[in-house]
Amino acid sequence: MSIAIIDYGMGNLHSVAGALHALGSNCSIASSPDQIQSATHIILPGVGGFSECVANLDAGGWREPLRTAALCHGKPFLGICVGMQMLADFGEEGGQTPGLGLIPGKVTHLDTQGCTLRIPHVGWNSLYITASDEPIVEGIPSSTDFYFVHSYAFEAANPDQQLAHAEYGVPLCAMVGAGKIFGTQFHPEKSSRAGARLLQNFVSLM
Amino acid sequence: MLKVRIIPTLLWKGFGLVKGVGFDSWRRVGSVIPAIKVYNTRDVDELILVDITATQNNEEPDHHSVRDFAEDCFVPFTVGGGIRHVEQIRRLLRSGADKVSINSANFEGQELVGQAAREFGAQCIVASIDARRMDDGSYRCFSHAGTKDTGHDPASWAKQMEGSGAGEILITSIERDGTMQGYDLQLVESVVRAVNLPVIASGGAGNYEHMRQAIQDAGASAVAAASIFHFTEQTPAEAKIALKAHGIAVRETFPG
Repeated sequence: MSIAIIDYGMGNLHSVAGALHALGSNCSIASSPDQIQSATHIILPGVGGFSECVANLDAGGWREPLRTAALCHGKPFLGICVGMQMLADFGEEGGQTPGLGLIPGKVTHLDTQGCTLRIPHVGWNSLYITASDEPIVEGIPSSTDFYFVHSYAFEAANPDQQLAHAEYGVPLCAMVGAGKIFGTQFHPEKSSRAGARLLQNFVSLM
Repeated sequence: MLKVRIIPTLLWKGFGLVKGVGFDSWRRVGSVIPAIKVYNTRDVDELILVDITATQNNEEPDHHSVRDFAEDCFVPFTVGGGIRHVEQIRRLLRSGADKVSINSANFEGQELVGQAAREFGAQCIVASIDARRMDDGSYRCFSHAGTKDTGHDPASWAKQMEGSGAGEILITSIERDGTMQGYDLQLVESVVRAVNLPVIASGGAGNYEHMRQAIQDAGASAVAAASIFHFTEQTPAEAKIALKAHGIAVRETFPG
C-alpha cells in the first residue's frame, strides 16, 4: 500500500499526512503527476476557493492523470473538503468552473441551497449515514460528529451517490461515493478518532 | 446538529506557552507541544494558537513551529500573530493550520482579509478583534496586541470584516483577558447581532457558567478560554458536561 497525497499548492497536506502517519500508513506527498503511477490510493485534499483550486490543479497538469487513476485504474480515491467538491461537474465559487467530473453534481453556496443560518458552516456536526453498508464507514455509527468548515456544498445529481448528509438549516451533502471514488465535505484528518477510523477504512480498501 | 465548540487558546512565545492578564504580565505556563498533545489526547473540539513573539516584534509567523504542531494535532487549529501577507497565510495553511486569524493588518489599510478569502476561501479566515470598554461605556477596537486605539467600534468593524470576506469573528475583551471574571457579554452580543458569521467569544472565562452565558445569553457559536484551563482544575470535557445539562449541544467523544 502506498498513498499519494496530491500537492497542487492548495491543500493542508501535512495535516493529512500526519493523520495517516499516526495510523501507521505509508503515504507520500505527490508534487507531480508522474508520482502517482505507483500509488495504490489517492487523496486529494483541499483548502481554498473552488476556482483557485481547480486552476492550480490544471496548472500542475493533474486533471487527466487523476481521472485516469480513478476511472481507468480504479484506485481508491478520496477527495476532502474542496477536494470532494472538485469531484463534481462544476462549482459556482469564484465563477462557474468545471470540476473533475468524477461524480455527477454541482457545488453551490449554502444560501442558494436554502440555508439561513450563519455561514460558513463551522464546527462539529452529526454525520447521518445512509450508505451504512459501505466499507468506508464501517464502525462509524450514524450521527457521529465530524469537523466541517465550508460555505459551499456538493449537490449530487444521483441521490444514490450521496452516502451521508449533515443538517445545517438544510440537509447538506456530507459524503459522496461512486465505486471506489469518495468525497467527504468534512475533514477526517481533523476529526480526531472518528476521522482516523474513516481514514483507516479508506486505506484498507483494495 | 451543529455543536457548540469549546476552544482552548494557547499563546506561545519562543518555545514557551504563556498566559497574561489584560494582554500583559505574561507568565510561562508550560511548553507548547506537550500542551497540544494533551489537548489532542483529550479530544478537544478545536485549538487557537497565537504567536505572541510575531505579534510583538513584527516578525514572520513561525510556520516551522506550526508544522511541528500539526504533526501532533488531529483536531482543527487556528493560527494567529503577525500575519500581514497572503504568502504567510499560504505557508501557514500548507504547514497544517486549518484557519488563520488576522487582526492588526486589518487596521493598516490592507485588503488582506478579502484577498485571502478569495484565494483560500472565507472559511479559513478568522477576523480577530480585540476590544476595550471605554469610560463612557462604548467599545473600541485596539490593534497591535491591544496597544493601539484604532477608533473603530467593534460591532461595526466586525460587520466590515464580514463584508471583506472573513469567515469567522474572534472577539476578545482586553480587560477581561486573564481575569476569569466572565466574558464581556455586552461586547460579544453586540458583535453577534452585527454579523451573520459564527462568533467566538474570548477573554474572561473563569467557570462553566461564564461559557453558558456567552452561548445562551450572548449568542456565541464557540467559546475560547485559556486561564481557566491553565490555572484551575476545570477542563474542556467537564465544560461540555456542564453545558449539556443546560441543553446546549456539545460533541460527544467517539469511542474508537
